[in-house]
Amino acid sequence: MKKFSELINKLLLTSSRNRKIDILSNYFQNTSDPDRGYTLAILTNELELRNIPISRIKEIVFENVDNELFTLSYDYVGDLAETISLIWPHKELGSLLSISEIIDVLRNLKRDEVNKTLKNYLSIANETERWALIKLISGGLRIGVSSRLAKTALAKFSNKKLDDIEKIWHGIEAPYDNLFNWLCDEGPMPKIDLLKTFNPMMLANPISKNDFKTLISSQFIAEWKWDGIRVQIILGKSSVKIFSRTGDDISQSFPEIKNSADSMVILDGELLVGRDFIPMNFNSLQQRLNRKKVTQKHMDEFPAFIKLYDILYLNNEDLRDKTWKSRRFELEKWFKKNDNNYFDLSNVIKFSSWDELSNFKKNQIIDDQHEGLMIKKIDGSYIPGRPKGYWYKWKKDPKNVDAVLMYAIRGHGKRSSYYSDFTFGLWNGNQLSPIGKAYFGFDDNELKVLDKFVRNNTIKKFGPVREVEKTFVIEIAFDAVNESNRHKSGVALRFPRIKRLREDKPASEVIQLSQFKSDFL
Amino acid sequence: MKWIDKNLHIKPINTHIDPYKPVENAIITHGHADHAKPGHKNVLATSETIEIMKIRYGENCAENFQILPTNQSLKINDVLIKFFPAGHILGSVQVLTEYKGEKINFTGDYKTTSDQTCKDFEPVKCHTLVTEATFGLPVFQHPNENEEIKKLLKSINLFSERPHLVGVYALGKAQRVINLLRQQGYDKEIFIHGSLEKLCEYYQNNNIDLGRITKVNLKKKKDYNGEIILAPPSAIKNIWSRKFEDPIICQASGWMSIKQRAKQSLVELPLIISDHADWNELTKYIKFTDAENVYVTHGREEAIVHWCKMNNINGLALSLSGRDDEEQL
Repeated sequence: MKKFSELINKLLLTSSRNRKIDILSNYFQNTSDPDRGYTLAILTNELELRNIPISRIKEIVFENVDNELFTLSYDYVGDLAETISLIWPHKELGSLLSISEIIDVLRNLKRDEVNKTLKNYLSIANETERWALIKLISGGLRIGVSSRLAKTALAKFSNKKLDDIEKIWHGIEAPYDNLFNWLCDEGPMPKIDLLKTFNPMMLANPISKNDFKTLISSQFIAEWKWDGIRVQIILGKSSVKIFSRTGDDISQSFPEIKNSADSMVILDGELLVGRDFIPMNFNSLQQRLNRKKVTQKHMDEFPAFIKLYDILYLNNEDLRDKTWKSRRFELEKWFKKNDNNYFDLSNVIKFSSWDELSNFKKNQIIDDQHEGLMIKKIDGSYIPGRPKGYWYKWKKDPKNVDAVLMYAIRGHGKRSSYYSDFTFGLWNGNQLSPIGKAYFGFDDNELKVLDKFVRNNTIKKFGPVREVEKTFVIEIAFDAVNESNRHKSGVALRFPRIKRLREDKPASEVIQLSQFKSDFL
Repeated sequence: MKWIDKNLHIKPINTHIDPYKPVENAIITHGHADHAKPGHKNVLATSETIEIMKIRYGENCAENFQILPTNQSLKINDVLIKFFPAGHILGSVQVLTEYKGEKINFTGDYKTTSDQTCKDFEPVKCHTLVTEATFGLPVFQHPNENEEIKKLLKSINLFSERPHLVGVYALGKAQRVINLLRQQGYDKEIFIHGSLEKLCEYYQNNNIDLGRITKVNLKKKKDYNGEIILAPPSAIKNIWSRKFEDPIICQASGWMSIKQRAKQSLVELPLIISDHADWNELTKYIKFTDAENVYVTHGREEAIVHWCKMNNINGLALSLSGRDDEEQL
């Protein structure tokens, strides 16, 4: 545990990306299996210790630390793992097991052993080890290391290609013995099961004004950016796997999507709900997401289907290195042969100039169905990640509303000493009604202004939440509004962010909720 | 505490302790800027504190100076005043006042751990304790300072091609860090930012061993690789520090125990070295004094007041203004 805790401490305090890669690459070089494999799993968020809820840790802490003193400390420090690691009052001799041994012990703990074992671990750990241990249990390190960065370090220490690591990543499991064997030239590249493995997807960059000047319109086609969720579909002889953009298997939420074809194929598309391939709005799709059990009623009310964008594999042939044009040809050929109830082709939009496309977008966009346009290079191959120069997204213009700041809560990680999560609202008669939360969009200086306002204008505290004077107006940008019965105001904003501080505007001039609904719903 | 009010004003002799604004009579506990202000008429302090004030604000920063050495008493009217070493920085004291049989002790800023750059803290009993609480939360449990200094030395061995820029407060912290390095056998030249020069000189004149120290000369750039350079945190944050090639930013402060704080200030190597008492020292001392009343001047008052309640002691927060509590001392 010592080595692991020192590693993540170093990573936290290092801000240079290259230096982080060096630190990690050294660690992989000088650490044995399976410790380095488990560390990799933790850094890439692939390891979960479901059997120990974080509430259990709090319970143990409250048996040993005064509740009020803990609350005051947590409010000051802002990070749970750090607060506990610093406040823990007992120090005993001993040393912790290695990271892999600890994971093994924690996974196999019986219910009645949890408190005793954890209390012992917390007491023999040093402060940094305690911090690492709690991070391990609570999940989500927040040390500024992305999964991509960890894999980049793997590539660096082994001299293998990052793309090759990405290609097999979703087919291998912690502690990745076979991966490290290959990376250290002691074994073959791990074989992965194509029918079960998510392939990292190709993503688009936002298009900028400048891009329209430099990009040649004849080299691109466009498609609607459908307002659903991007998925990868793997069809086997009788199997269907649906993965979200991040590689989560969401097949069981959509059991109605079946495979009638007898070919093996990997497709890229947008999951939507609706009838006759006409999408309902995103809110309707949300009724189907994150459900473990799907009822017939749900399937009847919100039937799912997929708009197809692309094809990655056909009968064991990897098509990803082919151009978009030839992949499209293969996709259309497959589609004609296998037309069924669950798949529809996403149409290709042709245009001769950016202006023409701009007009098309303006006139043809349907708010409930489209998020904007996708622009794709005709001769581009399918490259995992977000390569520059191939795919662009052209989102519809955001909507704006001025709202009053109501509540604030402190952020996490780097922002843990700033009030950086804000709830804002509109008037409902002479009361304010919250319509959403935002925690980005502002720059560092604006954050300082907001933080200061919150600290100086708190009128009530509810645990970590501060209620503030209803005098500060902020301009909120958002992509869409949906009706919601989960929120008191009856509306839910999509992708809200703070666009501007409106210190010049009195709160009394903010609009009524009813006005907002009739404007945007 | 009827004869002393919330602004630390000793009414029978019209004297303030560490007043924020210029007053007629001031007792100054130590030379840090949030305690020692210029412009008072009469100042009573240790000779070291008076010298430090003169270095920082000029010879005429008060009309009259009166020296009171530690452990000697001074009676003004019916009030007895006695200074006890506070162990915070050179010249720092606690102020024990006695009037009509009631003893009130003002800790000023203090720490109880040993420090070769100033007199060791001396505990004293009292009826009422007026204490600081800069680190008054149980999350603050300072580690051994020598272990922290070893971290710096280890890093220098490991990254001998990079300059180590250590953020320190100019008065007290800078000299202590140098002294701790010397105690660990580090005998190389140590470089300092110009703003530390006079105060280091003053410490050396007081027979505190700082070894070879040299002001940074930025015209010679590459010479600082593998060296230790001390500078106030503000200098490290501004352009001054850009002249060093790929420095490791370190900071010596009690706040550095909070990793997220270190990260926010872009500190790569935090050194938890504090010249204030931590939670355990604060609570242990409150118990030792046998005080029935505890007033907290500045810092994390709420937690100390709550702890007093748990221990059947009357606690009250004074929330004095003007203390640089958030500054990373």
